[in-house]
Amino acid sequence: MEWETVIGLEVHVQLATKTKIFSAASTAFGAEANTQACAIDLAMPGTLPVANKQAFHYAVMFGLAIDAEIGKRSVFERKNYFYPDLPKGYQTTQLALPIVGPGHIDIELDGGEQKRVRIHHAHLEEDAGKSLHENFQGMSGIDLNRAGTPLIEVVSEPDMRSSEEAVAFARKLHSIVTSIGICDGAMSQGSMRFDVNISVRPKGQEKLGTRTETKNLNSYRFMEACIAQEVARQIDCLEKGEEIRQETRLYDGDTHKAKPMRSKEEANDYRYFPCPDLLPVVIDDDFIAAARAALPELLDARSARFESDYGLSAYDAGILCTDHPTANFFEATAKSCDDAKLSANWLMGDVSAKLNAEEKKLADSPISPEQLGGLIARIKDNTITTKIAKQVFEFMWAGEGDADAIIESKGLKPTGSGDLEKMVDEIIANNAKQVANYQAADESKRPKMLGFFVGQVMKASKGQANPQQLNQLLKAKLDG
Amino acid sequence: MHNLTIAEIIAKLRAKEFSSTEITQHFLKRIETLDPQYNSFITVTKEQALAQAKAADKRLVKGNAPALCGVPIAHKDIFCTNGVKTSCGSKMLDNFIPPYDATVVENYAKQHAVILGKTNMDEFAMGSSNETSYYGPVKNPWAVDCVPGGSSGGSAACVAARLAPGATATDTGGSIRQPASLCGLTGIKPTYGRVSRWGMIAFASSLDQGGVLTRTAEDAAIMLNVMASFDDKDSTCVDHELSDYTATLQDSIAGMTIGIPDEYFSEGLDPRTQELVEQAIKQYEKLGAATKRISLPHSHLAVPAYYVIAPAECSANLSRFDGVRYGYRCEDPKDLEDLYTRSRGEAFGDEVKRRILVGAYALSAGYYDAYYSKAQKVRRLIKQDFVNAFNEVDLIIGPTCPSPAFKFGAKGDDPVAMYLEDIYTIATNLAGLPALSIPCGLADGKPVGLQLIGNYFQEGRLLNAAHQFQTETDFHTLSPEGI
Repeated sequence: MEWETVIGLEVHVQLATKTKIFSAASTAFGAEANTQACAIDLAMPGTLPVANKQAFHYAVMFGLAIDAEIGKRSVFERKNYFYPDLPKGYQTTQLALPIVGPGHIDIELDGGEQKRVRIHHAHLEEDAGKSLHENFQGMSGIDLNRAGTPLIEVVSEPDMRSSEEAVAFARKLHSIVTSIGICDGAMSQGSMRFDVNISVRPKGQEKLGTRTETKNLNSYRFMEACIAQEVARQIDCLEKGEEIRQETRLYDGDTHKAKPMRSKEEANDYRYFPCPDLLPVVIDDDFIAAARAALPELLDARSARFESDYGLSAYDAGILCTDHPTANFFEATAKSCDDAKLSANWLMGDVSAKLNAEEKKLADSPISPEQLGGLIARIKDNTITTKIAKQVFEFMWAGEGDADAIIESKGLKPTGSGDLEKMVDEIIANNAKQVANYQAADESKRPKMLGFFVGQVMKASKGQANPQQLNQLLKAKLDG
Repeated sequence: MHNLTIAEIIAKLRAKEFSSTEITQHFLKRIETLDPQYNSFITVTKEQALAQAKAADKRLVKGNAPALCGVPIAHKDIFCTNGVKTSCGSKMLDNFIPPYDATVVENYAKQHAVILGKTNMDEFAMGSSNETSYYGPVKNPWAVDCVPGGSSGGSAACVAARLAPGATATDTGGSIRQPASLCGLTGIKPTYGRVSRWGMIAFASSLDQGGVLTRTAEDAAIMLNVMASFDDKDSTCVDHELSDYTATLQDSIAGMTIGIPDEYFSEGLDPRTQELVEQAIKQYEKLGAATKRISLPHSHLAVPAYYVIAPAECSANLSRFDGVRYGYRCEDPKDLEDLYTRSRGEAFGDEVKRRILVGAYALSAGYYDAYYSKAQKVRRLIKQDFVNAFNEVDLIIGPTCPSPAFKFGAKGDDPVAMYLEDIYTIATNLAGLPALSIPCGLADGKPVGLQLIGNYFQEGRLLNAAHQFQTETDFHTLSPEGI
């Protein structure tokens, strides 16, 4: 039987606010355990939460970025369960009235085909602390630095049909939240974490199969591996005539295996109810307008603009709009030399190759967009050839300055036409024998023989002669 | 000295008739000798009180001191006090010393008031008799075989026994007004959001409100002036203009319309209580107020709605007491589950457990709509009853409790009978309205309370009406035998 995979994602995105969602404690990563947890984060008796306005600002920015409805009235609820890293014994989250309603994210598949993944909603909530199970001699340690870090949980519809689509969605979401600046995107620090809902069904069947949810994936690689494993497991089960248990599974990043955590029957009854310590949050049009104003141009829109404004191909525009720093670099280069196509070629070609070879990021490029533009300008006005330009580029990469200075100081200016003619005349005069041979030779053999004279002039000009110009000149003189 | 009101103490401190240190020592001495009979304090902060009194005396010399400078008061042990044990009447927090002050505590500290100690209360404010305290029941100074009411029983008993001239308290369903009624005091629960809940250990967050217990309406006005504040640490605190509640005490109440709800004078009301309340209403008519029969048709639903909402909120509010970070932890837990079940099982009393279970049940899947959602709908109906009533009247009058103080154990086996103690007080918590109780006479030697309910933020008007009553009557000056 042919099976179809159905995947939905729930993604926890840590918001890049300076302080926590309900307290003034810092959210910075990596501090000594429990040094960034105040009385509120520790759920000391009598303490009360106060919602962080910036978290709402970021959540609304996200909603606008995915073309979603904004929840004009959102309500925090308490999700009740006991765990040592959950100090209050409930997580403050949103359920019935989330801040971000239905929206969508478009992903690009391998064949260049676009696919729309619907977003069910995204809600604001607080992160839990961390349980530390090592180095405590049979006990567990609790670090509450992370407790209360603001999150948005982005819940997709089950619209993905393969691990490739799931990963493409995850990457796209990462690109959106980092490019609008609401998340630092540091996946190794848990800034984005994925829960994957997976089911399979016979191809052509409309009814969804029983799903499992695998939690705790913090890399694309894990996600890909986990989906492959889980799909294979489910298909295997079904082909053996067994049923899929609706369950939550936990992925272990060390063993690369997922294990059942709890079944549907064992699932907690979270006893959600509106948090009486926090009033409903009303978002007005001004607040939304401010979030919209704070939103940078989205990459998809920017890519479309690159196509129309600069005449780039969809492919080139897409590559240049992988992220805003690359797109910014491109636009600055193009502006300083007024040649978008050459700017795109140099950036995607030589610059990118250098960065890859040296494992550097664009931000670490020793050449600024203006410097690159300066180099391209000299190609455009025929001061130097593309070949010379590549030499100049090497000097620039080594930090030797702007293109013009390097061309001057290294004597890389091509020989002027007057000088070239003089050199050609000299070479012809000094090589009478070769000239006679050339002129006696058959037309078909001449191009090859011309190479000798080209070589001589090049040698004399130290390689600076414009080859095209030289060829023409030599042919004119020798062919008579 | 101990029979002086707060207003009198303020005047005499300024007239240098005695110092803060002297009156503080006097009250501390009384607590030491008499409180063993009443058990109204959980913690007496003697040294700290004397240090505060000394500082207050210096401040008084400088002149222009804040109103409560040097006045000794007591805090209910539900308000967190930096460096001083705050137990909330529970074994769970018997070892808990907060590293911060409640905003209410801070407000009195800024005035240089002197804190005598922390008063006894029903465990986590759950109770109407003070019998649920881990620290043992508080005895009613009017009749030591009777309850003082609850949950602010310690605050009420210490003021009634003249161990402090005033005390802070909290009211979730009647926890200020019912003890005020049973102990012959003035007790006010302000509008929800008038007093900060920061540092006030939560029972039911949408109902809890801080207030005061004093002997007179004037003292309540003085104390509430300090307690009320806007606090950005409490998201439910309302940024409503602050009033000087003492400024309007003398206003005439002639022309005021007072509503008498039929539902508050029906079955279950003790006839002696009914008679005293009716006499008090006549007194108001003498003072020039017009009275009007009104109806609050959903009153009978207040207790059932409350006993869904309050336990639901408490079931989550008390989850933080898990033996992990502070408070009681069982010996040698064998695993996490054991740590939770034994820590909570051993440290919470029966009434707390009962309410957590009821609340968790009301919120559980499949029951939420039938209980919690329905209770919230009832809550809106009850609020609407009051909104309608206040279109016609300025204040609402009635009994505070169905009957005077009852004997220990009288309602011990029957939680529902105990819950009905708050039948007249609970609706105002559900609606978030301000209300107070003042003494209106004795029945068989035990005080009876009169309740006045005001519209939102009408604490000034309530205290004005209470003060006017007290200028014409002397029920508030009566004291228990031997005091």
